[in-house]
Amino acid sequence: MTVLAVAEHRRGELRDVSFELITAGRELAREIGGDLRVAVVNGPVEDYARTLSREAVDVVHTVDHGAEFNHDVYVQAVAELTEAVDPTVLLLPHTADGMDYAPAVASRLGRPLLTDAVDLAFDDRLAVTRERYGATAEATIEVNADRAAVTLRPTEWPPAEYRGDARIEPFAVDVDEAAVQSNVNGYEEVRGDVDLEGAGVVVAVGRGVGAEEDLDPIFELADALDAVVGAARPVIDAGWLGPERQVGTAGTTVDPEVYLALGISGAPRHVAGVKGAETVVAVNEDPAAPIFDVADYGVVGDLFEVVPALLAQFR
Amino acid sequence: MRILVAVAEVAVVDGEFDIEGQTVPDRFLRHECNEWDQYALAEAVRIANEVADVEVVTVTIGPERAEETIDRALAAGADRAIRIWDDALAAKDLLDPATKADLIARVAREEGPDLVLAGAQSAGEGFGATGVTLAERLGFEWAAAVDDLDLNADAGVAHVRRELEDGVRELTDVRLPAVLTVQTGITELPTGVPDTGEARDGDRAVLNLDDLGLRVAVDGHFEQQSLTVPEAERETTLFEGAPAETAAELAAVLCEAGVDR
Ligand SMILES: Cc1cc2nc3c(=O)[nH]c(=O)nc-3n(C[C@H](O)[C@H](O)[C@H](O)COP(=O)(O)OP(=O)(O)OC[C@H]3O[C@@H](n4cnc5c(N)ncnc54)[C@H](O)[C@@H]3O)c2cc1C
Repeated sequence: MTVLAVAEHRRGELRDVSFELITAGRELAREIGGDLRVAVVNGPVEDYARTLSREAVDVVHTVDHGAEFNHDVYVQAVAELTEAVDPTVLLLPHTADGMDYAPAVASRLGRPLLTDAVDLAFDDRLAVTRERYGATAEATIEVNADRAAVTLRPTEWPPAEYRGDARIEPFAVDVDEAAVQSNVNGYEEVRGDVDLEGAGVVVAVGRGVGAEEDLDPIFELADALDAVVGAARPVIDAGWLGPERQVGTAGTTVDPEVYLALGISGAPRHVAGVKGAETVVAVNEDPAAPIFDVADYGVVGDLFEVVPALLAQFR
Repeated sequence: MRILVAVAEVAVVDGEFDIEGQTVPDRFLRHECNEWDQYALAEAVRIANEVADVEVVTVTIGPERAEETIDRALAAGADRAIRIWDDALAAKDLLDPATKADLIARVAREEGPDLVLAGAQSAGEGFGATGVTLAERLGFEWAAAVDDLDLNADAGVAHVRRELEDGVRELTDVRLPAVLTVQTGITELPTGVPDTGEARDGDRAVLNLDDLGLRVAVDGHFEQQSLTVPEAERETTLFEGAPAETAAELAAVLCEAGVDR
């Protein structure tokens, strides 16, 4: 029995999630009583394979084809490799790219797919823990099948650190170029002159702020706290602030001493960008908001009452 | 040209709630149109306004209550709406993306769209897998987490920008017909769409599994074992009371954590 984890890389670098998958895969392989294999597709696969050879990885399969992610290539490569290796569980990252190929692989192989897992267990069957009802509840779901595919939420497992002595095995895939109907032309970066990464204090606003005009007191507060203003995605989507202020997986990852979250629900994609904060303080009118699960201090209340009162404290 | 848009109604939890058995009872849930699907629909309507002869058809898997979401979709500019429902589906608390994709694929085969737009994920369950599964089932091309779309229907290609992590975007060309899963912010949401639009009865159809010629084992692979409130990652001290009081307490905490007063 085998666990097969597929690594992710972008623009010449393996992404952290690859090593997190190895940690999860190692635990799972132990429970299943099988070996752990890792696959890496595209790019300098030999170099990647050496780096992916971490403790408890038995084999790294390399698929040498093209430089960067292309989902049509990934689907073919991962599906063929999965058929050859026949792992009990196929582990994939729940990232933008994972979302772009994992469902197609699972569909092609006829494997049930559970996405965005935050925990895994194996006792005869695979059991996957994931969130429901917008991250307010957590469900454990058993998969009624001998073979499954799972995507794992980034930052939920510690990255595997120690070097191992995995066998490196090239896997030849005869990529059907006619089936490659998507073509990646390049990348763009959102950059601005807002230094969220270097900020000691971040005052972040979410949808709860309600309107662009109501940002004035937020900037005043940020000024008084010597803080940088960040935002959850809806504020950016509405055009109230520029994309360079977005905090979260798609935006910037921050590690300030203090993160003050105002009117932010605490969705996983937002919270993932805040995990490095030393102290998290949240103001939200909903006592059940998930942000309170990751906050050290919280006020259940209207931010339009709390913010001016807080400002008065710092004047 | 025809654009099919998957529009789901989702259940979200507001305020305090209990878990009974293995579900959150209806009285704690608020039902609304999935945010990502609102953007998918707005994008389809934007295209219809810019390109001649585009028909926008929505497809929804959901009970009668979802007609409210369909009202909104029609008011927001959809030409027709198809709703799929059945007792077998009603009996299920959790529908997996593969089942949803199978159902929508039947409608898509019937409708023959050039483009299918779906949300990148749903606010309720967050599987983030239905659109790409649907593409594979249909043999369509696809792209996930699209935050910008430039459609060149004549050339049969969609120029898309996909939102990756850490502020990076990917620029990709996708052959049509395609399924694109849409990220919030891809376009502006229309303002002033009434909560319940004019009921345009003639523009809606309801289909059950028989109509779709499907005898699928609905969601046969998942068995929920437990539903709990997740453990808090950090121990939280909550301040309650009048804003002036809580603000004073917060200020003390902020100063201790390193903010200069
Ligand atoms: C692929 C992908 C990537 C994503 N990347 C990111 C990302 O990088 N960053 C990001 O932020 N999101 C990201 N998201 C979106 C994310 O899933 C959430 O939709 C988003 O974080 C929600 O933002 P919010 O908390 O502001 O809004 P909501 O979830 O709507 O929360 C608003 C909160 O404000 C509270 N509130 C309302 N009024 C008040 C008031 N007057 N006083 C106090 N509280 C109030 C409400 O109780 C609620 O909890 C991503 C999603 C996907 C699918």
